[in-house]
Amino acid sequence: MHVSEGIGSKVAGSKRALSWHRFSLVTLALILALTIVGCNKVEPADDGGDKPVPVEVTEVILASTTSTQDSGLFDELIPAFEKAHPEYAVKVIAVGTGEALKLGETKDADVLLVHAKAREEAFIENGFGIERRDVMYNDFVIVGPKEDVAGVKAAADFAAAMKAIEKAGASGKTSFVSRGDDSGTHTKELSLWKAAEIATPTPEANKWYESTGQGMGETLKITSEKNVYTMTDRATYLSMKEALDIEILREGDKSLLNQYGVIVVAQADNQQGAQAFFDWVLSPEAQKLIGEFGVEKYGEPLFTPNAS
Amino acid sequence: MDIYVSAAHEGWALLVSGTLDIWTIVATSLRVSGLAAAISLIIGLPLGLLVGLRHFVGRRIVLIIFNSGLGLPPVFVGLLVAMTLSRRGPLGEMGLLYSQTAMIISQLIIATPIVTAIAAGAVSAVPKQLRQQARSLGAQSWRVALLTIKEARMGLIAAVAGGFGQIISEIGASQMVGGNLAGDTRVMTTAIAEFTRKGQYGSGLALALILISLVVFVNVVLTTMQTSADRWERQ
Repeated sequence: MHVSEGIGSKVAGSKRALSWHRFSLVTLALILALTIVGCNKVEPADDGGDKPVPVEVTEVILASTTSTQDSGLFDELIPAFEKAHPEYAVKVIAVGTGEALKLGETKDADVLLVHAKAREEAFIENGFGIERRDVMYNDFVIVGPKEDVAGVKAAADFAAAMKAIEKAGASGKTSFVSRGDDSGTHTKELSLWKAAEIATPTPEANKWYESTGQGMGETLKITSEKNVYTMTDRATYLSMKEALDIEILREGDKSLLNQYGVIVVAQADNQQGAQAFFDWVLSPEAQKLIGEFGVEKYGEPLFTPNAS
Repeated sequence: MDIYVSAAHEGWALLVSGTLDIWTIVATSLRVSGLAAAISLIIGLPLGLLVGLRHFVGRRIVLIIFNSGLGLPPVFVGLLVAMTLSRRGPLGEMGLLYSQTAMIISQLIIATPIVTAIAAGAVSAVPKQLRQQARSLGAQSWRVALLTIKEARMGLIAAVAGGFGQIISEIGASQMVGGNLAGDTRVMTTAIAEFTRKGQYGSGLALALILISLVVFVNVVLTTMQTSADRWERQ
């Protein structure tokens, strides 16, 4: 009795186990079936068009300059671009023009927005970029102490203004703070000394010539603290004006114009995204945005669009 | 991998050839951080002795303050010093912002809590009985202090080295109050950051190698002194 009972219960037990087994098998099959149905539901969407509809947002890396970043222009441009092209998210890397071009060479950036035309053209010639186009320009200004100890304002022409700074510097009255960071602005500044027929000053040889190796914002801050001279793009100066004790002493001279260009990097990681930004920034819509930027805050535009 | 190899190669070539003008930068780093570490010792050692040996009301609070000071963010120190020394700040008339003096001030603020906390730990580790014995033999309190310093010398050297190692490799405050001016306030850390910004990885790596060598050298000297002292004590 005991034994048979034991067997009986064992059989019943195995029967129950079997039914559980069957149940889980059915469940598994159901899950599988549902999964397959689920997959099928997604597939038609993928196969729908010739071009796959990007589900994911891809990142476009834009290498640009610290002065452009400091001006706040990107806070206006990037959201507008991302609104027009929701499939792309732009990441801005703000460095000197030299480093921006280098990032292009190493393909760490997809698209460049920089301002050193000759170097940009060399970049294209060397096969690192596909195409370069003018986007906009702004201008540089000479800023310095209110008292203008060097007499930059009164100088007859621009070359004389640069000579006045050198003379006052050499006699220990003031100094000039250079970016010294291989940036587009630095390149521009060096060209101004050359145009004024002054031997390129260096911090080693000229006590009055200081070199920060940093961005425009930091360089302006240092210039203001030392109450001396520097050359800056108007945009950065205006955006920082409240924090500075120096003012514009020289502006409007032809040699102070600053052209910006956009370049799509050759074989960029996100070629499509780079091209999309390139096309967009040259479009009438973006050009209008650029022309309006800064008017509300400073009463004058910071950049003049000139894509043609 | 190529990028590391070529940068290392370039950096080494620059170091050997001596064409890279980095020795001014190294000298500035040593001068600024050395002076800051020395002054922080002058302030931190007596403070450490006081906190480590004396029992007074509020000692725990003082200890907590200095131990928290170990984690004082240099960037915060930089901000405070920059605001204070700015031409619009309370000490603006001195025109000290973006000078080596400003860097020494901020590094001093960073190093002093470190030196004080390590020194306090070192002197409080000296056996109490030693001091009691000295006192019972009629030693004056300054002699007892001197004896304690002598006993705790290894820990005190560690305090200075710790502070020095911290400030010579610090960048935040140095950048903010020094301004990285070439030939003036440009130190190793700010120069490395600048080389990186310019994409001159070789030069950056060369300078970084010197910085690391310096920090390692300080630690080697420290460890050697410690082990030789241990051996001397065991004899």
